[in-house]
Amino acid sequence: MSRDTLTYYKTVKFKIEHHIMLKVSDLHAEINGKEILKGINLEVRPGEVHAIMGPNGSGKSTLSMVLAGNPAYTVTSGSAEFYGKDLLAMAPEIRSHEGLFLGFQYPVEIPGVSMMNFMRAAVNAKREYFGKSPMSAAEFLKLMREKRAIVELDNKLASRSVNEGFSGGEKKRNEIFQMAVLEPKLSILDETDSGLDIDALRIVAEGVNKLKTDNNATIVITHYQRLLDYIKPDIIHILYKGKIVKTAGPELALELEERGYDWIKEELGENVN
Amino acid sequence: MEEALKQYIDLFEQNRDAIDSHSAPLLNECRPVACDILKKLHLPRLGSENYEITDLPKILGHNYGLNINRIPLRVNPAESFHCGVPRMTTSLYMLVNDTFVSRPEAVDTLPAGVEIGSLAQFATTDCNTVRQYYNRLADPYNPVVALSTLLCQDGLWIRIPAGVKIERPLQLVNLLGGAENLMTVRRIVIVAEADSEAKLLVCDHTSTPDTPLMALQTIEIYADRGAHFEYYDMEESSESTTRLSTLWVAQKCESNVVINGMTIYNGTTRNEYHCAFAEEGSRLRLYGMGIADRERRIDTYSRVDHDFPKCITEELFKYSVDDQARCAFTGLVKVAPGAEKTEAYQSNRNIIGSDEARMFSKPQLEIYNDDVKCSHGSATGRLDEMQMFYMRTRGLSEPQARLLLKQAFMADVIDSVEIPGLRERLTQMVERRFAGKSAGCHDCDSDCPAVGK
Repeated sequence: MSRDTLTYYKTVKFKIEHHIMLKVSDLHAEINGKEILKGINLEVRPGEVHAIMGPNGSGKSTLSMVLAGNPAYTVTSGSAEFYGKDLLAMAPEIRSHEGLFLGFQYPVEIPGVSMMNFMRAAVNAKREYFGKSPMSAAEFLKLMREKRAIVELDNKLASRSVNEGFSGGEKKRNEIFQMAVLEPKLSILDETDSGLDIDALRIVAEGVNKLKTDNNATIVITHYQRLLDYIKPDIIHILYKGKIVKTAGPELALELEERGYDWIKEELGENVN
Repeated sequence: MEEALKQYIDLFEQNRDAIDSHSAPLLNECRPVACDILKKLHLPRLGSENYEITDLPKILGHNYGLNINRIPLRVNPAESFHCGVPRMTTSLYMLVNDTFVSRPEAVDTLPAGVEIGSLAQFATTDCNTVRQYYNRLADPYNPVVALSTLLCQDGLWIRIPAGVKIERPLQLVNLLGGAENLMTVRRIVIVAEADSEAKLLVCDHTSTPDTPLMALQTIEIYADRGAHFEYYDMEESSESTTRLSTLWVAQKCESNVVINGMTIYNGTTRNEYHCAFAEEGSRLRLYGMGIADRERRIDTYSRVDHDFPKCITEELFKYSVDDQARCAFTGLVKVAPGAEKTEAYQSNRNIIGSDEARMFSKPQLEIYNDDVKCSHGSATGRLDEMQMFYMRTRGLSEPQARLLLKQAFMADVIDSVEIPGLRERLTQMVERRFAGKSAGCHDCDSDCPAVGK
C-alpha cells in the first residue's frame, strides 16, 4: 500500500468515525414564490471550517437563513439533518439550543431591549431546554465579562439596547460575542467581513479562531477572499444560481481572487459576455 | 331628549333632595344648569367624528344604579390598605366609589397648608375658594362633564399653597365595587398654586371584578405660575368595568405639567384630555399607553390649545392591541395666531397583534402661526419579523421574543414616570400583563384592598 493510499485511508476512516454534524441533501427553498436554492448538498463534520463563496444573488444568505429557520423562507424539497435530527422540523430557537448559530450579515437593532436582558434570556432559555435552573446574577456577570474579552467588546455596549447605535464593526463584534456566550456546535457566519475595516476584521477573525475547537465547526459565507486570510477554511464551496457548483481545498479561494467568478461560469458552459 | 340620558334626568328630578342632602351646596347649585344642558344634548353616535369606538348612547343607556343615599360599604378597605409598590412611599388617600376615606397618618406627612380631602367637605367649609375652581374649567356641554355635574356628590379636593413643595408623592386609590351595575360619579379638583410642586398617582381598581360597574369622572387641574405638577393615572380595573373620564388642565406662565394615562387592565374606557395654556412659557408633557386584548376598548381623545406664545407640548401615546380589541387615538394640537414660538410634538405609535384587532389613529395639528416648531406622526404595525427571528436564533421562544419586544415598545412611556419606585413597578406590571400571567388586578402582587386579601 502506497503512502498516499494509507493517508487517504486514515482520513476516510477518521471521517467515518466522526459523526456528520450537518448533512444537507438536495435542498430547495423559495421566498415569495421565487426559488432561490435549487438543490444544495453539503456535509459538515466537527472540527471543520467551510467557506461558501459565490457571486451576488447566488443564494448564500438564503442558505444561512433557511438553515437557521427564518419563517419567511419555504423549503420546497430536500432535507437537512443536524446530528441525525431533522433540522428543518425544528423551530429557530430549538436549532439554537441544539447548537446552531447564525451570525447575521445585518445584525438587527432592537431598541428598548438591553443587551444584558437579551443575553440573560438567551442563556437561560438554553439552560431551561436542557433542564437546568437559571444562571445566578453573579455567574451571569462573570460569563459576560469573560466572553466580552474574546472580541474586545466595550462594557458600555453591553449595557445598551441590542445593536442600537452600534457601528458596523461593533455590530459584527457583538455577533461573535453572542456566539462566544452561546457556545454553538455549528456557527454560520454570513458575510461577517462586510463593512469591516482591517482592524475590526482582525478582531472578529481572532475571536472566531479563539472559539475554534475540534468539536465545533464553522461555515463562513463570504464574497471576498479577504476574510479567509484570517479564518483558514478546510473546504471551499462555490455557490452559484442556488447550487454548489464546485468544492475544493483552500487553494480555490486564491484562484477566485485572481480570476473572479467568470471562469466558473465558463466551466459551466455559460456565455459570460 | 336622548333616551339614554332620560334615566339620569329622571333619577335626578325624582331624588333631588336625597342627592343634595349628601353633598355640598356648591355642588348642588351647579346641578340645574347641567340638567337643562342634558335635556337638550345630543350624544355622539358610534362611528361619528372622534367617537370611532365609543358608543356613548349604548354605554349610558345601560341600566346603572347610583348609591345616592350613600349607604356605606360593610368593609372599610382603607383600613387594611398597603401599597405593594416596592421602594415607593406615598401619602395615600382613597375614594371608595366616590366616598373619600380619610387616613390620618397620610395627612401628618404633609407640609403645612396643603389641603387634601373630600371635595364635598371642602366645598362646605371653604365654599368661596372651591367655588373659584369647581366646574370652571370643564366644558359644561361635554356629556361626561354634564352628567358628572348633575350627579356628583363627592370627590377629591387638593390644594397646594404657593411655594410649597411636597416631596413625597401623593397617591389616590379609586376603589370601585359593591353592588351590581353600580355607577360611581366623582369629581377631582386640583389646585397647584404658584411655584408649588407635587406628584399624584391615581390608581383605579375594582374590588368586584365580575360585576358590571361604571366610573364617570371629571378632573380639573389648575397649575398656577411656576407650578410643577405631575399626574399619573393608572387603570387596573376589570373587563366588566366601564370608565368615562374627562381631564381638564389650565396652565399659567412657566408652569410645568405632566399627565400620564396608563390603561393596564380595563373593560371599556374613554379618556379625554383637554389641556390649555392660559399664559406664556409653559410646558406640558402628555403621555399615555394602553394594553388591550380580548374585547377591551381604549379610546383616547386629546386636545391641546396653544393660545399663548412660547409654550411647549410633548405628546406621546402608545397602544398594544391584540385579539378582537379596539383602540383609538384622536389628538388635536391647535396653535392660535398669537402663539408664536410654540413647540408642539405629537406622536402616536401602535402595535397590532392579530387580524381582528383594530387601531384608529387621528393625529392632528392645526397651526395658525408661522413661527412655530411642530410635528406629528402616527405609526401602526405588527411586531418586526426580523427582530423576532433574530431573537429566536439566539434561543428565545416566540412568546418570549414577543414579550420582550412589546415591553421594549412601552419603555419610553414608562421611562417618563418620575415617581421613584413606580417606574420599576410599572415595568413589572407591563411584563406580567404581556406575559398573560395575571387575569386582572386580583392576581397582582400588591396588598391592595382591591385584591381582597
